[in-house]
Amino acid sequence: MASTIRVRAIANGDVTEVQALIQHPMDSGFVKDAQGQVIPAHFIQQLTFEHNGKRVFAADWGPAVAKDPYVKFGFKGASKGDELKVSWIDNKGASDSITAKIQ
Amino acid sequence: MRSVLAPILALISAALAAGVIAQAAPAADTPDPAADAKAFRDYFVTKFPKVKLDDFVNGPYSMNEDMRKQWLEKEEFPPYDFALDAGKEMFAKPFKNGKTYADCFENGGIGIRQNFPYFDVKQGEVVTLELALNRCRTENGEAPLSYVKDDMASLTAYMAFTSRGKPFDIKIPDDPRALAAYENGKRYFYTRRGQLNFSCASCHVQSPGQRLRAEILAPALGILNAMPIYRSEWAGMGSISRRFITCNSQTRAVPEEAQSEDYRDLEYFLSYVSNGLPISGPGARP
Amino acid sequence: MTRMALAAIGLIALAAPARAASEADFKAAYAAAEAAEKEAGSLRNQWITTEAALSAAKKAAAKGDFDAAIASAKEAEALAKASIFQATSEKDRWKDAEIH
Repeated sequence: MASTIRVRAIANGDVTEVQALIQHPMDSGFVKDAQGQVIPAHFIQQLTFEHNGKRVFAADWGPAVAKDPYVKFGFKGASKGDELKVSWIDNKGASDSITAKIQ
Repeated sequence: MRSVLAPILALISAALAAGVIAQAAPAADTPDPAADAKAFRDYFVTKFPKVKLDDFVNGPYSMNEDMRKQWLEKEEFPPYDFALDAGKEMFAKPFKNGKTYADCFENGGIGIRQNFPYFDVKQGEVVTLELALNRCRTENGEAPLSYVKDDMASLTAYMAFTSRGKPFDIKIPDDPRALAAYENGKRYFYTRRGQLNFSCASCHVQSPGQRLRAEILAPALGILNAMPIYRSEWAGMGSISRRFITCNSQTRAVPEEAQSEDYRDLEYFLSYVSNGLPISGPGARP
Repeated sequence: MTRMALAAIGLIALAAPARAASEADFKAAYAAAEAAEKEAGSLRNQWITTEAALSAAKKAAAKGDFDAAIASAKEAEALAKASIFQATSEKDRWKDAEIH
């Protein structure tokens, strides 16, 4: 099955710019469906980016983050060709991860 | 030879002379879509002299620099990516009878979005891309898709993507029914409706670039070029049908059925007056 | 005496307290509203607020609150008539907005 994570990391001088788009419903648990039933909360709780085994970005998310979240950040200390691992765990215990090469 | 032709020529020129005299009085209110389209374009180009013609298809982003910056950033990793991939998969998947969408369209359905809607002279009606896709399904034994849900939007997202950059090329055949459909679409566009008494023109002709609550209004010129769109407000992809329906509700008008005659005629008019502007879909909007 | 009696009856009649609205009154008001909304429908120009008022009228009537039901029905009728006026006047007025 295709990964839920799309990531692009580009080394730009000594800063690596990372963008990621993650496919996830991010249901807050506050929304009701057409029949009036609450759609249960289903959202990513932890998002982690690792470079050479070291965590360079971590997010603790909750219901306030919208569907299909997009993340952008920069970090230092990486070079073109290095690997960047992205992983998430949601409140239902599901998870996904992907490893991409820094361009 | 000349002796045979002379009386015939005399007859013809007499008839023409009579015809010219008869036509001296101009017909009142003859629809002239080409003139409409030129006037439409001129209005927006004059109102927004700094906006390049092709840029109008970017809606609010052509009207507001800050919004454009945010949009360009997101376009590096656009929110419609998932719908686009889903649409590509859907398009390629054969129906139960073995046929595919490609069998229903010219050029296998690739790079043809800019030709829709067109006027079907046999059926005497406007055919939009969404309608054509569902007809393709039902003709091949498949249930039609909802016009307002994700699947239809994903399919049209893929088809729009294959036409990116191609200019709208809507034709109005020399058929009074086609002209009538175009005129009906134009009428619909300018008619006030709903308790809030807005017409499409109230927002998209009189007030593009201005705010309606928290939104920046898009100009009507090129407004369908980016469809279907991923709307952050919807947290998802939406078809042209969905947008027409929600726009109606927003003026407190009871919407018509998706792909109603009025809606198809409206799409016909709006697409025609944007002829020459490039398809930019699928798009992302706030 | 007769004149006084007649006058008294007249006064009593005039001073009679307003009786609570009946289901029959509601049905008449609702029918009028529905008819107007149907006409608006034939013009393809109904308003969401009219529909909301109609369903509010129905809900109140179901609870037996005919005063409120009639009020909602009358509001629905007024809204429906306004939407008919809008459709009729817009039939020609739209051309004023057209870009030429």
